[in-house]
Amino acid sequence: MGGTLFKNFSFFSATLSFFILVGIFAVLFNYAQEALQEFGINFLYGETWEVDEEDEGGIFGGWIPIVGTLLSTLIAMVIAIPLAMGIAIFLTEIAHEKLVKPVSIAIELLAAIPSIIYGMWGLFYFAPIVQSTVGGDGVGLLTAGIVLAIMIIPFMAAITRDAMNTVPPVLKESAYAMGATTFEVVKDVVMPYAKGGIIGSIILALGRALGETMAVAFLIGSVMSIPSRITDPTTSIPVLLANNFAEAQDLEISAMYYLALILFVVSFALISLAKFYFFRKTV
Amino acid sequence: MNRLFLNKAILMLSTLSAVIGLGFLLWILITLSYKGIMSLHWSTFTNDLVEGGIRNLLVGQFTMALMASAIAVPIGMLAGIYLREYSNNGKLAAVMRNLSDVMMSAPSIVIGVFVFALLVDPFGGYNGWAGIVALAIMMIPIIISTTDNMLSLVPQELREAGMALGGSKHKIILQIVVKAAKVGITTGVLLSFARIIGETAPLLFTSANNQFFTMDLTEQFPSLTVSIYNLATYPDEASRELAWAASFVLTMVVLLINLVGRFITRSKK
Repeated sequence: MGGTLFKNFSFFSATLSFFILVGIFAVLFNYAQEALQEFGINFLYGETWEVDEEDEGGIFGGWIPIVGTLLSTLIAMVIAIPLAMGIAIFLTEIAHEKLVKPVSIAIELLAAIPSIIYGMWGLFYFAPIVQSTVGGDGVGLLTAGIVLAIMIIPFMAAITRDAMNTVPPVLKESAYAMGATTFEVVKDVVMPYAKGGIIGSIILALGRALGETMAVAFLIGSVMSIPSRITDPTTSIPVLLANNFAEAQDLEISAMYYLALILFVVSFALISLAKFYFFRKTV
Repeated sequence: MNRLFLNKAILMLSTLSAVIGLGFLLWILITLSYKGIMSLHWSTFTNDLVEGGIRNLLVGQFTMALMASAIAVPIGMLAGIYLREYSNNGKLAAVMRNLSDVMMSAPSIVIGVFVFALLVDPFGGYNGWAGIVALAIMMIPIIISTTDNMLSLVPQELREAGMALGGSKHKIILQIVVKAAKVGITTGVLLSFARIIGETAPLLFTSANNQFFTMDLTEQFPSLTVSIYNLATYPDEASRELAWAASFVLTMVVLLINLVGRFITRSKK
């Protein structure tokens, strides 16, 4: 008797993820209805975000936060991918046995630091450096992108390292026996073997960068304008939500739900791609 | 010669990446400790936010994270048990695993918006329960994947030994399999607790924040992380100092829990 009950409870718990995901989609879609009907697909490239106080409406377009999200993520990925790969190669092929453990722990601790700490540190310590070396106001796309990169590097490096560690030593040893250099082993044996896991880790990090709120909120400048230079302030979808969602009303809040829906769908698609396609082998 | 040079160059760049990574960790920790310790006073821990301290914020943040764990740990463990012990590892289980992983990576701000629509908007205001639910939603998939992974490490022979003794399936799971995976699961719970206690985005418009001490979960609830976000953007020096002090305390708590989690796993081995 207790057994059946226990089994049913655990089955119900296992299905909960599915219901929560469907619930998130349904709720966002439902609350975004007003904006969806008013602006339709044009919302994606509308540049105006203006509240009309009188008729509780206004004109809302998501172009600026969408571009800000994409650009800050792009900068972060360009910096993070080579560094994360380097760290993973260091941990799997170069580092002395005694170094691997402490360096791994340090990298994992870096991943554990809450994002709000990165944001605050970035604002008070990193932004002034960017300002004095590259120019601009300190806060802006570039600063947000770099700090975002620092945040996702440990995450990406850890998964890539795990993927590289799955390569059977025999494969590497035979390449070394043929006289291959470490780089050639990494390039021709490790990378092809661990390709799925490495691409998967990049996509997961990409999803994380797209949805990151707090680190970017401190650093991107939160200005509703299209950046013309890389140091210019702009905004992103999560940052706009973090700063303006609480005060928004009527059509504006519906437009905010629309933005949240876009973010959710994009990250859902990315992560599903990573999970169902690239990590298929390892499941 | 050329390929040996290329090899050297790549190896040096890889080592440099690791040095850069560690450099940033040190840089962040040192500046944070310096600023934090300089701004910490005994009164920081005994006063509430309204008097320039973080007592109510610490209590509030811990309360929400603990309550979220109380919801997420049993649900996540049950789900992990289903996936590993009951599902026969079929197609359905694979889909459920992937969905749980997708949920783990859902943007935290979106979860905040979702819970706002569910538990704040209909009830007319921010409340502690909404914050707890948002954190629990973040925590459940992490617990599922830890439980699932840790149970997979338990040798099949243990289950068979249980069956040979005539134990029923759920007794074998609860009294043998889960017990054998206890250390791993405990570590996973600690790490996910460390993760959610530092979350800000899901709390911004669910629990929001409260300057005063309260244990009433139906009203706005004090949050350490939301306070850091607010305080850091105020222009006055006192607010910023408090933000640094709060950040320092938060980071130490998070790193300490992480290290304890790792220590438990290692001492077992």
